[in-house]
Amino acid sequence: MKRLWAGALLAMAGLAACGGDEGAPRTPGEMQTTAGGGGDRVQLTGAGATFPYPIYARWFSDYEQANPVRVNYQSIGSGGGIRQLTEGTVDFGASDAPMNQEELAKAPGTLHIPTVIGAVAVTYNLPGLAQPLKLSGEVLADIFLGRLTKWNDPRLQQLNPGVALPNRDILVVHRTDASGTTYVFTEYLAAVSPAWQQQVGMGKSVKWPTGLGAKGNEGVTGQVRQTEGAVGYVEQVYATQNNLPVAAVQNAAGRFVAPTLEASAAAAAGAQEKLAGSPDFRISLVNAAGADAYPISTWTYLLVPAQMPDCTKAQALVQVVRWALTDGSVAARELGYAPLPDAVRDAVFTKLGSITCGANRQPVSSAS
Amino acid sequence: MQPVPEQAGVLAGAPSPRRSRVRLWAGGNLADRAYAAVLLLFGLALPALFAFIFVEITSAAMPAIRAFGAGFLTSREWDPIANQYGALPFIYGTVVSSLLAMLLAVPLAIGLAIFLVELAPRWLAAPIAFGTELLAAIPSVIYGLWGIFVLVPWLREHIQQPLAASIGDAVGLFRGPAYGASILAGGVILAIMVVPFVSAVAREVLAAVPRDQREAALALGATRWEMTWQVALPYAVPGIIGGAILGLGRALGETMAITMVIGNRPDIPTSLFQPAYTMASVLANEFAEASGELQLGALMEIALLLFGITIIVNSFARLLVWRVARRAGKR
Repeated sequence: MKRLWAGALLAMAGLAACGGDEGAPRTPGEMQTTAGGGGDRVQLTGAGATFPYPIYARWFSDYEQANPVRVNYQSIGSGGGIRQLTEGTVDFGASDAPMNQEELAKAPGTLHIPTVIGAVAVTYNLPGLAQPLKLSGEVLADIFLGRLTKWNDPRLQQLNPGVALPNRDILVVHRTDASGTTYVFTEYLAAVSPAWQQQVGMGKSVKWPTGLGAKGNEGVTGQVRQTEGAVGYVEQVYATQNNLPVAAVQNAAGRFVAPTLEASAAAAAGAQEKLAGSPDFRISLVNAAGADAYPISTWTYLLVPAQMPDCTKAQALVQVVRWALTDGSVAARELGYAPLPDAVRDAVFTKLGSITCGANRQPVSSAS
Repeated sequence: MQPVPEQAGVLAGAPSPRRSRVRLWAGGNLADRAYAAVLLLFGLALPALFAFIFVEITSAAMPAIRAFGAGFLTSREWDPIANQYGALPFIYGTVVSSLLAMLLAVPLAIGLAIFLVELAPRWLAAPIAFGTELLAAIPSVIYGLWGIFVLVPWLREHIQQPLAASIGDAVGLFRGPAYGASILAGGVILAIMVVPFVSAVAREVLAAVPRDQREAALALGATRWEMTWQVALPYAVPGIIGGAILGLGRALGETMAITMVIGNRPDIPTSLFQPAYTMASVLANEFAEASGELQLGALMEIALLLFGITIIVNSFARLLVWRVARRAGKR
């Protein structure tokens, strides 16, 4: 009896070992192509930002319905996406903030492909306030610097004439987890306030001069909702879905604009002049020109290598992105993301055409 | 007297393990030897995993260790843009919030255990015990959400604001402003999460006090109170300390719930109502988006420190239980 058991145990151990041996080489093969029912199915893997995850998931699943391409996107955060792209473990990355020089040096020739436009909304808790609060960039920066601490401060009152602002302390709530949302928000504050630029700077996580940290959009929302006099920032999609009160922010043209899809699209249109003079899409949308532009807007990027070893994959990736930017824009709008303006989209298509593949670096469009 | 687990083994009449061990290795039977080898592999797997984790974390932390040296432990700066990192606020937040939790949880848990074992009628004891154990099964994110939406507003309105307004200026511990999210809220939520662990162990060890001891004390004319405090509790102390340390381990490593209520501000608070930050929280918050070797290294060094603190706490607990048990045995 004992011997029988030991034998069974040994057999199981053997099986496990075989399974391991078999499993190992299978994975890379699968990543290339796997024979499907009708033909070859191309597998693409990507990783990165969480902000565009809802629309990416929708695009990739819609695309798979009609085409033999399966895209597996993991929303592990843009930092992780950039790391994995640099190490070559994924085919493409995704990030809200453009890669910085240090990151680009490790992954030279990475293209930034904008997909949709998002915005960061400033939300607040002031019961009894009938119309949306109006804020200017400098006042917003001073609030987050801790220099402006009362809601009835004359500078706030001046921006909101005729509004009864309460004599309350302002409680600043910021994201505590590093995020693209924080990057865009601090990028804006740094653009409009020299004091912010000098004292804090911009980044996915910064040294906040004042306030409470809350985790995620939901954490910031929870804290703001519960505390009278609180002010925080969240993704515009999230603010719309949850019906949060959002402030109208003064743009470069001097107008107060609420965060909407149209206003973010206007920011992208306003940035076109800058785009013409830039070699890539790493230009900022914050405080963009244009009368209707919402000033705290941002692209979100796919990060794609300019030269991909596998032509089948390169071809598939370019086609997916083209499809997403044209047929996929309806889905984007449904989910609350602003699609790219036509002129920007054409520029993106040109950029996609410059991707090369294979050993002899042929352009993707001519490869078969 | 021995701590309970050993005692249970002796009571169950388990044979001394040494003899069978010798026989397994010396036996000529192939199956037996293969069996022993497989088990040896299982036995080595965990220490190997431990060593692997330690080596991996240390090597990832090297950039920060080289850049900041021992100053990492004493610096209060945490500025990802200027690439300046120091761990002191996080160490402080972790240790203080956990101690606060123990301060609240241990008396409550022991009182609960005494009530359940010594006083409560069976029809009441069983549902209360079941309910307490159920608390341990609730995922910590649920505690966190409950903390944000129920505990924090309640603390703010009924504890923090009245205290800050009345004696806050005189007593530094209660100084305002009272926002709710604070090291106090963190300590309270940890205490609630830890109580089931401590009370479950305390209940088991109290219930294991031999009936003879209780009856002897009562026969000598002791009151119920005297019997519990002078006979039952001293007998159970090593086990209770063990349970408390188990709870402390849980409190030190807790991430999700405390991140949601502690306010996440890398400062060293002097008031219970100020926000703080813990080591586990900063790892959870910043790791996914960390870029640059130094930031990753600093986070990894914090992981290493947390690893170290946990090991020290556990070793200390072992030592304590062992010493108390030995002293009790001598009596």
